[in-house]
Amino acid sequence: MKLTDTEIADNYNDVWVLGEVVDGQIHKVTLELLGVARKLADKRASGNSKVVCLLMGNKVNGLEKNLFYQSADRVIMVEDESLKYFNDLIYAAVVSRLIKKYKPEIVISGATSKGRSLMPLVAVQIETGLTADCTGLDIDEESGLLLQTRPAYGGNIIATIKCENHRPQMSTVRQGVFKAVEADNSRTGELIREGVLEEEKQTRFTVLSEESYGEDSKISLHDANIIVTGGRGVKSPEGFKIIHALAESVRGAVGATRATIDSGWISYSHQVGQTGLTVQPKVYIACGVSGQIQHLVGMQSSDFIIAINKDPDAPIMQLADVAIVGDLFEVVPEITKLMSN
Amino acid sequence: MKIVVCVKQVPATTEVSIDPETKRLIREGVSIEMNPFDTYALEQGILLREKHGGEVIVLSMGPARAELTIRESIACGADRGVLLNGRPLGGSDTYATSYILSQGIKKIGDVDLVICGKQAVDGDTAQVGPGMAAHLGWPQVTYVSRFVESGPLELKLERMHENGSDISLVKLPAVLTVLKDVNIPRIPTLKGRLNSRKVDITIWDEKDLETDPEKIGLGGSPTRVVSTRKPDARDKHTIVLNGSASNSARELVQILKSRIEL
Ligand SMILES: Cc1cc2nc3c(=O)[nH]c(=O)nc-3n(C[C@H](O)[C@H](O)[C@H](O)COP(=O)(O)OP(=O)(O)OC[C@H]3O[C@@H](n4cnc5c(N)ncnc54)[C@H](O)[C@@H]3O)c2cc1C
Ligand SMILES: Nc1ncnc2c1ncn2[C@@H]1O[C@H](COP(=O)(O)O)[C@@H](O)[C@H]1O
Repeated sequence: MKLTDTEIADNYNDVWVLGEVVDGQIHKVTLELLGVARKLADKRASGNSKVVCLLMGNKVNGLEKNLFYQSADRVIMVEDESLKYFNDLIYAAVVSRLIKKYKPEIVISGATSKGRSLMPLVAVQIETGLTADCTGLDIDEESGLLLQTRPAYGGNIIATIKCENHRPQMSTVRQGVFKAVEADNSRTGELIREGVLEEEKQTRFTVLSEESYGEDSKISLHDANIIVTGGRGVKSPEGFKIIHALAESVRGAVGATRATIDSGWISYSHQVGQTGLTVQPKVYIACGVSGQIQHLVGMQSSDFIIAINKDPDAPIMQLADVAIVGDLFEVVPEITKLMSN
Repeated sequence: MKIVVCVKQVPATTEVSIDPETKRLIREGVSIEMNPFDTYALEQGILLREKHGGEVIVLSMGPARAELTIRESIACGADRGVLLNGRPLGGSDTYATSYILSQGIKKIGDVDLVICGKQAVDGDTAQVGPGMAAHLGWPQVTYVSRFVESGPLELKLERMHENGSDISLVKLPAVLTVLKDVNIPRIPTLKGRLNSRKVDITIWDEKDLETDPEKIGLGGSPTRVVSTRKPDARDKHTIVLNGSASNSARELVQILKSRIEL
């Protein structure tokens, strides 16, 4: 629904983060979003914009503390048995109702499979706009509007998007794009409890069971301080052995380009880039990776980038802090040997 | 089963760039194709029809040339196609697009199932499927990786998420978005190709669809692109090591160790 300027100015405040819980813990992306939400709220000229985290699940009690430490001013908690599994329809009904009730100005969520399923449902239910997979969020000083930046056309274009006459302004953001703030254990905030209405539980969709990938297959690309990535230059599935060996010697995780995944050399869960994961390790070592834009958007904010490539003109070599011109089959085992000592 | 498969015609994303002067997308000379993710949606529609009978209707919103993509779908085995085309529909964001497509589904009538691709490679938003579900008021099942059981009234599906998967049951009518994992799309047969040239494609504009003029096109879109630019090439000083493998490795390890405590 289109709103007038006064309707917007009079009613809509607060920056909301839709919190996500995995294995009983607050998802990292939620903490990162609280970090950016703090910045956005502080930039609002009105001065009374709060950071609010909406946390839903069947066992979420007690998790609010962490959210306060990480800069939430208020937590709205919905704990209910019906939220045990991810039923998009129940979640969306509750989120839409609460947004209508509290009227936040901005609502952001992780661009996880849940966030990307839930947010577009909610946006249409409450008749507002939504921008997917933002890589930048800022407040326009003049208009006070949210500036949402995102790549399009496989990362060949970066677009800035506004939502002028509808509220809230909504975006999803990938993990690793923003940084969480330092936890401040002295911070606390306001806790509000809400529930799920009986009619919201009646849906034509039911989740019967859930299966979690075991610990060992969980590749913690997001948690790794060091990522060693193999590109088409590794030539074969066997070629990945030296990549794994280097990763092991530095206690890092293994990343991959889409080209290697499409060739079936390694599984999709390793993919870094536009259609894979966005990562931000301390050190990113790209071996036999050319550095096409779709790959770069997923790793360019790593703190320190090392590229090993035969071709000194490969695009990754310009982006790198250290560019090693050479054959990865010679260089990588040398580095592994030195690091293992 | 009356199945609608939503397919989008997209530019080959690797060829797209911006005109540095006008800041507009250069579309000339860029080849176009069916959104790769939609080929799995189409195949799934055909598989379900083969099992349960009924028909597969391909639905696309886009310029007149999107008719080619619809014909390609018919060559693969879809029964017929509907193109939503009209000047006022242009410039729609995902909110408006999902509204317009949902109006098309209502006009087709008695639809049991809508199948979409996971996302379109031009925008990568994955918002149109859920948007349609919301406009229609139907349940949605996103990121479907497997059809466990299918009946005419109900589907048992596997969904994928980052940390695992789940099994769910959905009552029809519903909207699904499917992953590559669901099937291996077939290629068109010669007979299919010949047939696809002959069939009439239904074309509806905003009036046929009885759309609310406030909800379509640029004017009906809550979001607006205010600027576009080329991706940043991070401008920085690169240390280049181009000696022997062992020298480069040694220098690198020194740099690395000075940077982090391993
Ligand atoms: C819509 C879309 C989304 C995409 N999403 C992603 C994504 O998420 N992630 C992604 O990675 N890609 C993505 N891509 C693909 C991307 O465009 C590139 O094709 C891909 O990243 C290239 O992978 P690569 O660098 O491994 O291969 P190549 O481009 O083939 O590069 C291989 C490199 O290895 C070097 N090399 C070869 N042999 C050796 C050797 N012995 N020693 C050292 N160097 C050697 C070569 O000089 C070359 O630079 C996407 C594409 C599209 C269209
Ligand atoms: N213009 C369109 N015409 C038909 N189907 C579309 C259109 N846009 C999006 N879709 C469908 O919605 C899915 C998701 O698209 P998107 O939300 O743009 O990433 C696609 O895979 C298609 O199935």
